Amino acid sequence: MNFPSKLIEDAVNEISRLPGIGKKTALRLTLHLLKQPESSSQSLSHAIVKLRTEVRYCIICHNISDQEICSICSSHRRDKSLICIVEDIPDVLAIENTAQYNGLYHVLGGVISPIQGIGPDELKIDSLLHRIDTAAADDKVQEVILALSATMEGDTTSFFITRKLNERGIKVSTISRGIPIGGELEFTDEVTLGRSILTRISYNAE
Amino acid sequence: MHLKNINLHQFKNYHLVRAEFSNEINCFLGTNGSGKTNLLDAIHYLCFTRSAFNTVDVQNILHEKSFFTIKGDFELEEKNIEIKCIVESGKKKQMLHTGKAYDKMSEHIGLLPVVMIAPDDTQLIKDGSEGRRNFFDSIISQLDKPYLHLLVRYQHFLKQRNALLKQFSESGQIDQSLLEPYNIEIINLTKSIYIKRETFIQDFLKGLQKHYGVISGEKETVEVVYQSDGKDLDFETKFKASLSRDIILKRTNKGIHKDDFVFTIGGYPLKKFGSQGQQKSFLIALKLSQFQILKERKGILPILLLDDIFDKLDDLRIAKMIELVANHEFGQLFITDARPERSKQILSTINADKRYFNIKDGMLSPD
Ligand SMILES: Nc1ncnc2c1ncn2[C@@H]1O[C@H](COP(=O)(O)OP(=O)(O)OP(=O)(O)O)[C@@H](O)[C@H]1O
Ligand SMILES: [Mg+2]
Ligand SMILES: [Zn+2]
Repeated sequence: MNFPSKLIEDAVNEISRLPGIGKKTALRLTLHLLKQPESSSQSLSHAIVKLRTEVRYCIICHNISDQEICSICSSHRRDKSLICIVEDIPDVLAIENTAQYNGLYHVLGGVISPIQGIGPDELKIDSLLHRIDTAAADDKVQEVILALSATMEGDTTSFFITRKLNERGIKVSTISRGIPIGGELEFTDEVTLGRSILTRISYNAE
Repeated sequence: MHLKNINLHQFKNYHLVRAEFSNEINCFLGTNGSGKTNLLDAIHYLCFTRSAFNTVDVQNILHEKSFFTIKGDFELEEKNIEIKCIVESGKKKQMLHTGKAYDKMSEHIGLLPVVMIAPDDTQLIKDGSEGRRNFFDSIISQLDKPYLHLLVRYQHFLKQRNALLKQFSESGQIDQSLLEPYNIEIINLTKSIYIKRETFIQDFLKGLQKHYGVISGEKETVEVVYQSDGKDLDFETKFKASLSRDIILKRTNKGIHKDDFVFTIGGYPLKKFGSQGQQKSFLIALKLSQFQILKERKGILPILLLDDIFDKLDDLRIAKMIELVANHEFGQLFITDARPERSKQILSTINADKRYFNIKDGMLSPD
């Protein structure tokens, strides 16, 4: 692509480095910015710089946060006896959007995979155990929910954490896996279907 | 089941060719290096998502080009299906079933059974255990989808465990709790895979011995002796006890990745004590039993690819093979031969629909 101006070229190159944005889209966005008042570009770049320099991670759950402790961890309405373990920040947003969960989170930052050189030390596992061990008497953790991806690495990580939690006598559960709502049985792969049969739910009153 | 036609675009030494096949016998004739085996390999690709010879996909692209496609129309249980394989350098391989792309290659394997008899098959007897494991794994996977899934999981956990062993060996520190999830998976998978292999071999052996008898016309008995760590009732203890050795060698030394299938004749290893003729007969019997077990279990006649089969066999064995063909024991056949007169003469005695193709420098013309 040839540009009439070096300034436009630089802007296009920077913008097109964002995921999902090609050169064409970047050019359209650049030209759009030029049509807007100068102040709107000022506030956009200001927001981006502020985001990068001031963003923080919650010291308890490692979710993104404006303060030292995030709004979920500091909320009085959340159930502090329940911790949901997720791989990454978008998983917190996904679960929050279900509006079905009222406990706390713990963001691991990945899953264990020796091939990629990721061991427990690269993840926030020690921090999880420390958090559980040092919780105040009123906020004792009763249950941990594992919500990691249904991959071999996710399963291995869940297993590893479960062992550590069992030593502490904490109840551990994992989110259930199976056929998506609205999904058809015959198009479900054998492994998922097999697993949903093994972990079936009883309809009789318990 | 049969393949009705094939289209090749920039596959190996072919620029652009199309061929219409007979449901019964197809014969590719041409001089050495003309591209006969490459055609069989293209059929292998459609059925197995990969080459029978060169597993590096991009090396099967015509030199100097950036992609190849292979397309074929099959008739399977009275339904028409189109299979297309696209390999482009720098991109993920694509397999399409009547226009719809597969997510995983493993989903396609087993749909279109095929058996190939090729000249370098003797490697199966002479080389190490890996080839034999792959040979049997490929058959079992075609019959039993969950088996393939177990194998994939096993290989994955094995790789992870070996990476971990390497780290332990380099740092001099061992974290048992980190090793444990991999140990448990490998131990359980070893048991499950062992049981499936063992059951399969028992069944397969009966067919092998029957076919060996027919082809060789001889009295000696052949066996496949399945050796596996999984056989050991105490496997778990031994697996764990091998840890210090595993760390020194930086890899896992026990498990089904060490399995072997030893071929014997009269109780002795075929590799060392079998004559060339006995080895040949054994291989043909092995492939014919593969054909038979796929046919029985899947209820479909596999496609049979015979590469230079007439070079390999003496007159007696050719006669036996032809007898099987004439009795319609086989479905669709693809045969290659560098000596056109010989094939035509041998096949002339058989009452079947035959189609001959002349191959010359990557060009193909019906006879
Ligand atoms: N990627 C490729 N691009 C171009 N040519 C290739 C490629 N791969 C293989 N070939 C060529 O294809 C030619 C034909 O190979 P093929 O094995 O099909 O011959 P053949 O007819 O079976 O010969 P033979 O009778 O000796 O077995 C060889 O000359 C080989 O170099
Ligand atoms: Mg050849
Ligand atoms: Zn928090």
